[in-house]
Amino acid sequence: MGIKVYGPAASTNVARVLVCLEEVGAEYELVPVDMPSGEHKRPEHLARNPFGQVPAFQDGDMMLSESRAIAKYILRKGGSQLLRECNLSESAIVDVWLEVEAAQFSSAMSPIIFQCFVIPIVMGGKPDMKVVEENLEKLKKALEVYEARLSKFKYLAGEFVSLADISHFPTAHYLLGSPHASAIDAYPHVKAWIADIMARPSVKKVRELMKMASA
Amino acid sequence: MAPVKVFGPARSTNVARVLVCLEEVGAEYEVVSEPRAPCQKLAAADDSILILQPFGQIPAFQDGDVVLFESRAIAKYVLRKYKSADADLLREGNLKEAAMVDVWTEVEAHQYNPAISPIVYECLVNPAMRGIPPNQKVVDESLEKLKKVLDVYEARLSKTKFLAGDFLSFADLNHFPYTYYFMATPHAAVFDSYPHVKAWWESIVSRPSCLPRRLDAKHRVGSSEKG
Repeated sequence: MGIKVYGPAASTNVARVLVCLEEVGAEYELVPVDMPSGEHKRPEHLARNPFGQVPAFQDGDMMLSESRAIAKYILRKGGSQLLRECNLSESAIVDVWLEVEAAQFSSAMSPIIFQCFVIPIVMGGKPDMKVVEENLEKLKKALEVYEARLSKFKYLAGEFVSLADISHFPTAHYLLGSPHASAIDAYPHVKAWIADIMARPSVKKVRELMKMASA
Repeated sequence: MAPVKVFGPARSTNVARVLVCLEEVGAEYEVVSEPRAPCQKLAAADDSILILQPFGQIPAFQDGDVVLFESRAIAKYVLRKYKSADADLLREGNLKEAAMVDVWTEVEAHQYNPAISPIVYECLVNPAMRGIPPNQKVVDESLEKLKKVLDVYEARLSKTKFLAGDFLSFADLNHFPYTYYFMATPHAAVFDSYPHVKAWWESIVSRPSCLPRRLDAKHRVGSSEKG
């Protein structure tokens, strides 16, 4: 029985799941969900993700939602070392920076992505620069903390790469493709760390899928 | 084994999230709380807190050399370290069960909490701590969001006893702090329309680990107040 991921690759949350599948070398099928037409709010998709969001994830008879939960399932099943669950303190630090990714980095980036990509490209409107500026300020405050961290360690959880690092790639992908990419120039360790993540074969593959989906 | 340390006042929702888990596993702990002061003041008084918590938030946590922040990450560390036959709240030995715990933990963070926390802030925190009356527009919008979330919870809890399955887990406990405060707002009756959710909530809040005095904890074994 196969693995299915429901949702567009261009969605940061779908991409987060796809990169984990690529990391463990799993076979999967990407099933499109036509969000501009509201497919994600219709009963067939709501049966998979009751909050009407993407991704939804199916493995045999199990249906999951929430990209970070799905990511962990995939990595555990695939025997990956990206969670460090064999080590109490290392797995805790991975969890810390995964929480930070959601609470500090992606929470600032999501409104920027919505204004700079979704509104112009999908909705044919103009970005609200006030929202963009406010969230860029939040992002920069977070990046100061990241810069301090990455000046001490190669990766967020320590000297080893983990899901905490890779979980940043979808939003970082959009930051790099936005008019505000130069925001990271002031944070050389952050910039180098992003480049390192983007060089991973799994990340390169999913970035291609994301670009195809947006085309 | 030295007691672990939790930095932040017990009545803070994110600190309480950690304390409930410590209580569930029966761990010895010490609450190092700063009465009423925002974390920035704590940081100014003692730079070491910034090392513990670089975003200047609460809680922070220390277990010997292990220093953590982000309440959900701290809670998981506690639940893993003190896991026993009686207290296996993450189910990491079972791939499917662990996945369901993770899903509903994420749901609490990304669906439930964003709907319920503005109501707690507007109706309790702002008036009590800042002398600001509730913004009714924010409250009304959040109530609408919350009802949609509770529709999903009601459907789930009609099928399983707890969120991740027929077993209590970290996913359920995560809901305690904000829901406890929500029940002290004028909008508690919202839960009456969701009988399975209401029954689930009552089973959580009646657990010894969730007794209200946890949130008022003025003393724990070995707790200290930092002036």
